[in-house]
Amino acid sequence: MPDARPHSGRTAGSRLLWVRIVALLTVALGINYVAWRWWASINWTNWWIAVPLVLAETYSLIDVGLFSLTAWRSGTRRNPPPAPPGLTVDVFIATYNEELDLVMATAEAAKRIRYPHETWILDDGARPELAARAEAAQVGYLTRGPEWEGRPRHAKAGNINNALMQTSGEFVLILDADMVPRPEILDRTLGYFDDDRVALVQTPQIFSNVATGDPLGSQAPLFYGPIQEGKDGWNAAFFCGSNAVLRREALMHLGLIGYVRQTEQDVARRLRQATLIVRRTLARTRPGPGRTMLTAALSALREASGALANGEPAAEVTYTLRERVNEAARTVVSADVAAMRGDLIALGLDQEDDGADLDELVERLAQRDLSPLNAMEAVRVTLDAIDVGRTEEAQPLLPLATISVTEDMATSMRLHANGWKSVFHNELLADGLAPEDLGTMLTQRLRWAQGTMQVFLRENPLFVRGMNLAQRLMYFSTMWSYLSGFATVVYLAAPVFFLCFGVLPVRSYAPTFFLHFIPFLAASQLLFLIAARGLPTWRGQQYNLALFPLWIEACLSAAGNVFFRLPLNFAVTPKSRVHSDGLQLSRIRWQIVAAAVLVVAVVVGIIRDEQMHNEIAGSIVNFAWIGYSLISLSVLAGAARYRGYVPEEQRIE
Amino acid sequence: MTFTVDERGDSVAIVRGTGRLNMVTGPELRDVVSRVVASGRNRVVADLSQIELMDSSGLGALIGCLKTARENGGDLRIAGVRDELLMVLRLSTVDRILKPYDDPETAFDA
Repeated sequence: MPDARPHSGRTAGSRLLWVRIVALLTVALGINYVAWRWWASINWTNWWIAVPLVLAETYSLIDVGLFSLTAWRSGTRRNPPPAPPGLTVDVFIATYNEELDLVMATAEAAKRIRYPHETWILDDGARPELAARAEAAQVGYLTRGPEWEGRPRHAKAGNINNALMQTSGEFVLILDADMVPRPEILDRTLGYFDDDRVALVQTPQIFSNVATGDPLGSQAPLFYGPIQEGKDGWNAAFFCGSNAVLRREALMHLGLIGYVRQTEQDVARRLRQATLIVRRTLARTRPGPGRTMLTAALSALREASGALANGEPAAEVTYTLRERVNEAARTVVSADVAAMRGDLIALGLDQEDDGADLDELVERLAQRDLSPLNAMEAVRVTLDAIDVGRTEEAQPLLPLATISVTEDMATSMRLHANGWKSVFHNELLADGLAPEDLGTMLTQRLRWAQGTMQVFLRENPLFVRGMNLAQRLMYFSTMWSYLSGFATVVYLAAPVFFLCFGVLPVRSYAPTFFLHFIPFLAASQLLFLIAARGLPTWRGQQYNLALFPLWIEACLSAAGNVFFRLPLNFAVTPKSRVHSDGLQLSRIRWQIVAAAVLVVAVVVGIIRDEQMHNEIAGSIVNFAWIGYSLISLSVLAGAARYRGYVPEEQRIE
Repeated sequence: MTFTVDERGDSVAIVRGTGRLNMVTGPELRDVVSRVVASGRNRVVADLSQIELMDSSGLGALIGCLKTARENGGDLRIAGVRDELLMVLRLSTVDRILKPYDDPETAFDA
């Protein structure tokens, strides 16, 4: 159908004007309320609940502020520019353990994509049966090569990085195995790449197997709508892992920059470590050939450090160093090599060591008191670690970021930081399959939250160089929202303490409180209503509160992982339903406890008010808030009973 | 594009190509260098004097070749790099790793 509208224009119009007016109003009223709370209404007698409460309220104000900033530019792009002919495209279907029928259905759909392309199944499970079916269907099939053995696999990011090195299209469409693409997906997205700074076009993830009312809150209409569009308005639309087209040049550019930065850091650090080890060993070595060799090695190390600091290319510096050390070693008289070998094997330092964890090895060496001869061998191992080949990784270039289990968000942040642009194209171009039981859904949400917090802690957008302030805040906003679990605990606890024990966190007359609070509450609800444009957002709001223990768990485990290298207990989301009987209540035990406590608090509160003839106004806010919380938590009752999606026609039978 | 290999001495090989070193020809270069290294010549010179254009995938291929050579006790050096390509090296910061040599014949002479 011919369309006379301008391409890639954005609707601004009167709706956006209203959004902005209400956003300004909301933030102003919010500051008015929270400032009043801080300066005039904290009940310091009960500081232990009063201060957490005002902190939680401040958290929420910042959250609303960030949402306002997002909504500020939340327009919809119109028709995309037409896809120019002649581009080369690879379609990647990433799979690990999904059912073969599911993968093949997606692959068949991918073959039917109209724009010329090559389809590849990226099988991280390396299943021979899938290889055979891929061949029969005439689609490409890729698995990890032997170079990955004994090295970090980096989950999905590693799977895609591996495929990038074996394919050659200018553009890559990335699909999860449970995302069935529509034939027009490339025709509708490739046109945006006319702008050669555009690196990413993300389209929404919408699920077709969701029952009426969306009991598991699978759809994210607010995120894959106004929020991504708002981020897009600030050139900060995120990569979400699937249903996105990426420019290979941009990914390889990231890979190169990352490789150079990491290699420079590694070489400099290992030079320092090696110098330390050699110096220590030298202090314990008596005069002789060993000492001569170590002295030569030390001077070679010093020169290498100097050369690197002078900006000499790292490959040169490390090669020269190795040559000089080898030269020195040749002068050393051979000693009891066999005995030494035995010692080294005992230490785990024999030749077979694949250098998988060099840092740990060097650490071990630095701490150990070794005999001079073994120490010299230790020096050799340490020196070998100083290289530009990134021996600890299967691939020197890692185009997709590997710092997080949500490689997508980390990657798009790096793209933005390196000056690339992104696009969010809001059109349904792939039909997804969502998890169909509570447990799987919770695992998936946990993973997203953990990944986001890993990025927050490892590459905080507020401090990453290269992004503008708005882009930083767009990333920060998503991360900030995952801290809500802590605020929710306070919001749930405060009314309980008040109703059960009469502990007042706020010191104010009720009318003064309402005067400050109600306008802010009303404005923020209005903002949410206008910004959401009538999309069904209630389910998402319920889950946002109801999953508070999950958000807290995500924050704590991500912190443990980043700061103490503890495992995340990361699990791949099962795409086909695991038939589990029972209600999986153990996974929502904290919510059950919270609901029970809230109900008890209401009963106790009513009794206390009766007995003490309290003014009802003080309690009414608390009753209302508890009611809202209970309604939010109740979403889990439906979710736990949910037994999966049954299509319409089957239900009639 | 096809790459040609010239052998020098016992352990050096000069690999030459013409035209573009990019997402299409990069993997070919990696294959050629892997074969050369496997055959025992672990000191490889990539002669870029006939390469007119290079993208990030091409640079990535060179880094891949460097890794292969280093892991086999050798080295990869680039030589005869044109001015336009020197710019590409600088912009991608790869010049902080690889040093461009003038003459492929003498790249390993130092």
